Amino acid sequence: MNLLPFNAVAAVLMIPVSAAGLLALLPGYRLTARLNVIASALTMLAALSLFVTERPQPGSYFFIDDLNIVFIVLNTFVGFTTSVFSASYIAHELDTGRLTTTNIRFYHAMYQIMMFGMNLAFVSNNIGLMWVAVELATLTTVLMVGIYRTHEALEAAWKYFILGSVGIAFALFGTILVYMVAQPVVGEGLDAMVWTLLVAQAAKFDPALLNVAFVFLLLGYGTKVGLAPLHAWLPDAHAEGPTPISAVLSGLLLNVALYAVLRFKILLAASPEAIAPGPLMMTMGLVSLIFAAFMLYRRRDIKRLFAYSSIEHMGIIVFAFGLGGPLANFAGLLHMVMHSLTKSAIFYAVGHIAQIKGTQKIAEIRGLTETHPGLGWALIIGVVAIVGVPPFGIFMSEFLIVSSTFARQPLLAIPLVFGLLVAFGALMLRLTGIAFGEPTGSRAPAEASYLPMYAHLALVLGAGIYLPPVLVAWFQHIATLLG
Amino acid sequence: MGDFVFDTAHLLAGSLVLVSFMMLYQDRLYALLNMFALHALVLALSVAWQAYVQDAPHLYVTAIIALVFKAIVIPVALHRIIHRLGIHREIETAVGVGLTMLAGIGLVALSMAVMLQVTPEADPLAREDLAFALSVLLLGLLMMVSRRNAVSQVVGFMSLENGLVLAATGARGMPLVVEISVTFSILIAFIVIGIFLFRIRERFDTVDVGALDDFRGDQR
Repeated sequence: MNLLPFNAVAAVLMIPVSAAGLLALLPGYRLTARLNVIASALTMLAALSLFVTERPQPGSYFFIDDLNIVFIVLNTFVGFTTSVFSASYIAHELDTGRLTTTNIRFYHAMYQIMMFGMNLAFVSNNIGLMWVAVELATLTTVLMVGIYRTHEALEAAWKYFILGSVGIAFALFGTILVYMVAQPVVGEGLDAMVWTLLVAQAAKFDPALLNVAFVFLLLGYGTKVGLAPLHAWLPDAHAEGPTPISAVLSGLLLNVALYAVLRFKILLAASPEAIAPGPLMMTMGLVSLIFAAFMLYRRRDIKRLFAYSSIEHMGIIVFAFGLGGPLANFAGLLHMVMHSLTKSAIFYAVGHIAQIKGTQKIAEIRGLTETHPGLGWALIIGVVAIVGVPPFGIFMSEFLIVSSTFARQPLLAIPLVFGLLVAFGALMLRLTGIAFGEPTGSRAPAEASYLPMYAHLALVLGAGIYLPPVLVAWFQHIATLLG
Repeated sequence: MGDFVFDTAHLLAGSLVLVSFMMLYQDRLYALLNMFALHALVLALSVAWQAYVQDAPHLYVTAIIALVFKAIVIPVALHRIIHRLGIHREIETAVGVGLTMLAGIGLVALSMAVMLQVTPEADPLAREDLAFALSVLLLGLLMMVSRRNAVSQVVGFMSLENGLVLAATGARGMPLVVEISVTFSILIAFIVIGIFLFRIRERFDTVDVGALDDFRGDQR
């Protein structure tokens, strides 16, 4: 035993928990906002150290492998940049009186508990624990969506809660079914919920019951991914909550649910007689993509617009993972990372824009490049990146997804490309109005934090131009794991 | 003795489905709450029976939670909330009762067909428990989508959750059952407090999902 152990897994979990406790007690938003940033930065460093420290043996509750390391690092990185953005956002909300200091204490504590829940979901090796962690993260975001206490915010939180609960219930039922499948093979008790043991013995499982379990898990966690037709909570939750929360919802929480789906997909792939999960995932992904692409045209609220864009992209990612194979999995992973970075950058810009203009209505936000060039151009770059224009990273991942679809399922490439083009048109149409044209609204200088959004956009641009070979090798390795 | 054990478990799980059906056609909130209390009581008996059969004392904790919290505390609390909010006279115009019952029968048939088909090798007790549990879950879901009132949606959610507890206790030796039932109780307490504090009376104006995301926000 090591006498002075630096346990990176424990650090990734315990820093947010202790920070949450501290932030709930401390008054004064300047101090707590800074503390929130520091805690998030420390968590990120702990997550990065997972790369270099020795990995613990898979236990009954926790484990680290090549797949979840990527998710944890992405999660803590975006969590950190969002906390930087959140500090300036919250200061403005406090000035305008939309939030009180008590609200902010609650908000910061919840932010850290949410980070804890998401990290716990990633490191858990136990499907029961993973379920609990996903629920914890969801519950904290529900509370934060309703934080403005306006009628709309409460309604959005309530809808999120009810639909989220249905997702919770389905996911739990699926988890129970997986336990029942595993119990005759692995034995009674905790072992039959340990993911690594399940995968090792999956070949002996009863395939029929495993199939049913997967359907419930896909529906349950799919609700949280925001897949149509169970997406109805997503736009409301994005539009009515504070913008930092919209950013983490889109950039991170959807990934957590996606991660859960992927874990069970691997489990199913390890059982040769079970159905292939691919077609189910491809169908849900395509439906979400096309549905969201058309819905983009009718949006009048800027945060809602980008919320639908998140549904669209989650559809693409789920489609890519459903297609499977080394190339599509690689592209899906890359797309997920790029989408998280780009979408959160867009929400950072949108958050400041909505604060300055005092409205979220697209029709009332015009000519941003003239009044606020810093924000306007960030939004333009972000939107251009998200619709998949080269040389940004999303172009590359979308290109890979489309080309591997053409190679393997040419017929499915038609609706895929169609959906992408429809979404492209919708977002560009809205963007020209917002960015150019006759300026409207306040011209007051923005007290924005530009660093997080431009850092994200630079990363996305960099990834589009040059992907480091180390990263490529790592992702390729995961892609083969995903099957 | 084996038959007796099996029949009793079967009877209790079957009664849970029956009570779920009875909840579907209650159009008064007070009557609905009474039915829910009965639902929770049957669940408590069923869980206690499983605890006895499987010789798993920790399941008695789940049974006691179901009895005290869900059969007594929550119905009483909701009763008072309904009274305070002055919605006790409201008769809900949900989807027609006949249609709901038909849909319910369809859902039960579906869950029987699915679960019995895929579990031919499982232990028969667990297998039929699972089919009943899925029926209760789907009936709870049906209730959530066919009602407008927030209180009855919560009652629907709780009956759905009772189905989950039934499934979890039916799976022999499943870990974390007690923890999960405690978590759910906390969740429900949150919802109930939420209803009271924010006076959420009605949620979905329609059951049409397409209309759901449009009736708010974008038309402001």
